[in-house]
Amino acid sequence: MTDLSKLTIAEARNGLRKGDYTASELTGQYLQAIEAAQALNAYSTSTPEIARAQAKAADARLARGDAPAMCGIPLGIKDLFCTKGVQTQAGSHILDGFKPEYESTITSQLFDAGAVMLGKLNMDEFAMGSSNETSYYGPVTSPWRRGNDDTPLTPGGSSGGSAAAVSADLCLGATGTDTGGSIRQPAAFTGIVGVKPTYGRCSRWGVVAFASSLDQAGPMVKTVRDSAIMLEAMAGHDPKDSTSANLPVPDFEAALTGDIRGKKIGIPKEYRLDGMPEEIEVLWREGAEMLKAAGAEIVDISLPHTKYALPAYYVIAPAEASSNLSRYDGVKYGHRAKIKPGEGITEMYERTRAEGFGDEVQRRVMIGAYVLSAGFYDAYYIRAQKVRTLIRQDFEKVFAEGIDQILTPATPSAAFGLGEMADADPIKMYLNDVFTVTVNLAGLPGVSVPAGLDAGGLPLGLQLIGQPWNEADMLNTAYALEQACGFAAKPDHWW
Amino acid sequence: MSIDIKTARKVAHLARIEVAEDALPPLADALSNILAFMEQLNEVDITGVEPMTSVTPMALKQRRDVVNDGGYPDKILSNAPDAREGFFAVPKVVE
Repeated sequence: MTDLSKLTIAEARNGLRKGDYTASELTGQYLQAIEAAQALNAYSTSTPEIARAQAKAADARLARGDAPAMCGIPLGIKDLFCTKGVQTQAGSHILDGFKPEYESTITSQLFDAGAVMLGKLNMDEFAMGSSNETSYYGPVTSPWRRGNDDTPLTPGGSSGGSAAAVSADLCLGATGTDTGGSIRQPAAFTGIVGVKPTYGRCSRWGVVAFASSLDQAGPMVKTVRDSAIMLEAMAGHDPKDSTSANLPVPDFEAALTGDIRGKKIGIPKEYRLDGMPEEIEVLWREGAEMLKAAGAEIVDISLPHTKYALPAYYVIAPAEASSNLSRYDGVKYGHRAKIKPGEGITEMYERTRAEGFGDEVQRRVMIGAYVLSAGFYDAYYIRAQKVRTLIRQDFEKVFAEGIDQILTPATPSAAFGLGEMADADPIKMYLNDVFTVTVNLAGLPGVSVPAGLDAGGLPLGLQLIGQPWNEADMLNTAYALEQACGFAAKPDHWW
Repeated sequence: MSIDIKTARKVAHLARIEVAEDALPPLADALSNILAFMEQLNEVDITGVEPMTSVTPMALKQRRDVVNDGGYPDKILSNAPDAREGFFAVPKVVE
């Protein structure tokens, strides 16, 4: 049989419809590949029985000629999505053994469209991290290596399992979530495409909450076309999420004409950081030149409050997290600590959370409790929310002046080694999100496109930021950039 | 603003996370570092700026105040570490 592992979603969709192979054959090959890739630790749970049953159902639909685009497509699902009857732990010890009695809206929509779930993907605990090292399941190892050096590298985070699985051909696409860069940074680190949609485009219902005003789910896939296909299946209004937008979902794939003549692409001067590696600088400049060669107009712009995005984020996200994570108390689900004679419910709560949460989650929950506490609320939280307004206004201003998309680097460096940041100040890790976090604060769509390799042979990505609700146009520019970059590198199969 | 050991103890309790006495000094240091990073926000002139409360400008949705879900206590309790007679069970809270 032909090697089905290198397919894209678009190719598999066409092949399945033509009957070149069945969804069951496709799924079987991916289940084998997952079995053989334990060294990557990309999947926290595999669900072969569910996958085979879904593939069989997809084959029946394909035979009837009733097959939506995602029908029969094998996917990995980030462990943050609640999946009915299937272990969902958000990479945390505190949700030990949790099996939801319900299905998230996004996974429901994907399954209704005929998609196949291969398993749940490893991630940073509660999506808090940029390297997948905060996961209770242990870190994910990137399929990528620096040349012949076998140092294990991070796939990025928090959607590190999703990025590694797509990049290593352990699924055709994966769901991710992005609160400060958790789709786009790992996509850039592993040479894949990751889309963070406009806030409200995809339902948050049934997705374990981290910071509700910033969280947004999106697709992680091999090509821009695949991202358009998968995003369309994930998006849409959901009455169960009060911030879900009641807007029609456009045909994103139809928007991919590659024609970007006359588009205005902004280059924000504030994203040129001191000490940024020369190769990132070059990649960015070349990306702008490619878009110009394709007929776009390159415009220098200013987003003056960019510098304050990370500190504002690290007030707002922990504040929301401390509130959202208060539900993990050892009563309703998951882990409960043992108490000694004479101790009561407070000791039970406090010990459960000390045992159940890892260091980074504990740190953020405590920072959140502090910035929301009496006497500090105005000084930190309200101030950060005001700075957030200014950051959003920066974007509104340039979009009002006619800018269609903004081009930036996706990350300030290529992937780093697992453990390399272990002794670093947590703030050094936070800097990974310096180019992506503004997008979450402003609620905008963003996409990371693989654009080149660094000197060590590791992928680097460029980010396009779009106008709210205009993912279609943003993806079309991303498509033109993808065509021009011609990124085709794959990691060597060492695992 | 830096966090002393007393404040660290208070924050840990507010967050309902047990922290041993000997772990408080490093915790206070770590929290102080993060707060120092946030101090940059004090450079921004926020006079007359409204705090952002809605990510995309939209009117909050409303619905009729009626029961529209529920009636399945078994499902609600199915993941509980301790459930008895249709209730969540917890250590004694009143003497």
